[in-house]
Amino acid sequence: MSEETKHNNQPENTEESNKFPKEHLQKRTVYSPDGEKIEIDPLQDYYLQDRPERRDPRYRVVEKFLNWARSESLWILGFGTGCGSIELPPLTTPRFDAFRFGIAMRPTPRQSNVFIISGYMSIKTLKRAIRSYEQMPDPKYVVALGSCTINGGMYFDSYNTINRLDKYMPVDVYIAGCMPRPEALIAGFNKLKQRIKEGRAEGANEYVQRFDEYKANQKQIIKDWNMPDYNW
Amino acid sequence: MENIAAKLLWTFLGLLIVLNWGMLKTSIVRKIVARVGGRYGIRWYQPWINLIKLYGTRGQLSHGVMFYLGPVFRIAGGVGLFLFMPLIFGDPRWSNFAFAGDLILLLYFKFFGMLGMALGAGEGGHPYSAIGVSRGLSQYTTVEIPFTLGIIALAVQYDTLSLTEMVAAQQGGIANWTIVTNPIASAALLFSMLGIFMHAPFDLVKAPNEIPIGPPTEYHGSYLGVLRTNAAIMHITEAVLFMNLLFGGANNWIELIIKTFLIYFITVFIGVVFPRFRIEQSVRFFLGVPLILGILAIILIM
Repeated sequence: MSEETKHNNQPENTEESNKFPKEHLQKRTVYSPDGEKIEIDPLQDYYLQDRPERRDPRYRVVEKFLNWARSESLWILGFGTGCGSIELPPLTTPRFDAFRFGIAMRPTPRQSNVFIISGYMSIKTLKRAIRSYEQMPDPKYVVALGSCTINGGMYFDSYNTINRLDKYMPVDVYIAGCMPRPEALIAGFNKLKQRIKEGRAEGANEYVQRFDEYKANQKQIIKDWNMPDYNW
Repeated sequence: MENIAAKLLWTFLGLLIVLNWGMLKTSIVRKIVARVGGRYGIRWYQPWINLIKLYGTRGQLSHGVMFYLGPVFRIAGGVGLFLFMPLIFGDPRWSNFAFAGDLILLLYFKFFGMLGMALGAGEGGHPYSAIGVSRGLSQYTTVEIPFTLGIIALAVQYDTLSLTEMVAAQQGGIANWTIVTNPIASAALLFSMLGIFMHAPFDLVKAPNEIPIGPPTEYHGSYLGVLRTNAAIMHITEAVLFMNLLFGGANNWIELIIKTFLIYFITVFIGVVFPRFRIEQSVRFFLGVPLILGILAIILIM
């Protein structure tokens, strides 16, 4: 290996330098095999630095048609946050067969448009959930499953879980219960479809509009915020 | 046919038919797989809805020029494969731009889209894309060997590199089809067909839910829409290729639709019966019996 790596910005012992303690997020200079000097600033180079923008629906007729297509093709992000995620796999089994309603599971946030927060959300998971939510292309919808996402449920006084989900991301449909059965989940999806068809499911735009408020709430909970503010 | 504008128009119409037949085939296959599992499965028009939704995605981002060009290369490969593929035998309207040496060009176009996709997915920067690409290319390299050997055997047998002439030589009943006249080369080609369609048991490249989705992990919105459009065109065009090589071509659209469906159904049938191969298993598989059959076909035809 002819590559040389050296860090020109060693972390200092201040509070500011501890904001991003991860080594791979430090600024550094890298020499290529040809001896070329390359400066890398991961937070600048690896992530997008623009604030999200509002993307409003433009033509009413076209949007109505597209909303119909969106509502009939709900791709769920396979991200189980709590015990509620055990209610998701039965949707694909012969008994419930959600494929009939245009509901499918997608493994990556880039390709999905429905995010199910399935149950209680610990602070550690919230961080990942926010990143996943922001990586989804809009229009995107959030379905909150179970009582824990509404008022904390049985974890209302836990030191490690959040109580109200809609302080951290805009929620389209709540499905109450502990736990709601897959039938309730499908009923929730029908509610979501109705909402999308009526053109009221503009959660992504709401998130952009109240971006500072949501970020403030998120940062209040997540103490080790070692990621950029805009990471889609 | 003299008029190039009319020719282009017929080709475009053919592309449209093939695209829609490809979408319908996707939903039929999904339905069959669902029925095997005891479910009802998706609605038959679901692939079109998905496509509309994907093209209607508002927020899209790019990771760079090559990321943008990946799906473009992929669909260029698919449409290129279609452009030089004779669809209906004896009808100049549906022969597209088939010419004397089209078989070699088709072999090239089959690989072209894959390489473009590899570059594009690489710029996406996701590790799963890189894993998917390396798996896809290593599997496809081994699939190509029996495939190419079988095609060379057929080229020697019919003394031509033109698909139209090969189909012409197979006219006049099932007894003249390549699958009867040259079963060993046909077997090598049919084995490699399983790898080319990338249906189970050779679907580890896209391995849903394991390395999330393989090369297109970062692709979303209309990028994914383009990839899905290409998949619909590509599957039917490849089935047409095998129909022309082995099963005597088609004399009308009904025959084409039935034959392509049955050809694709071979892979579906094997896919629902056998579990998925790991990548080194599938590499070893294609370098085993199919390769021996390919070499045997060449030796026997000499």
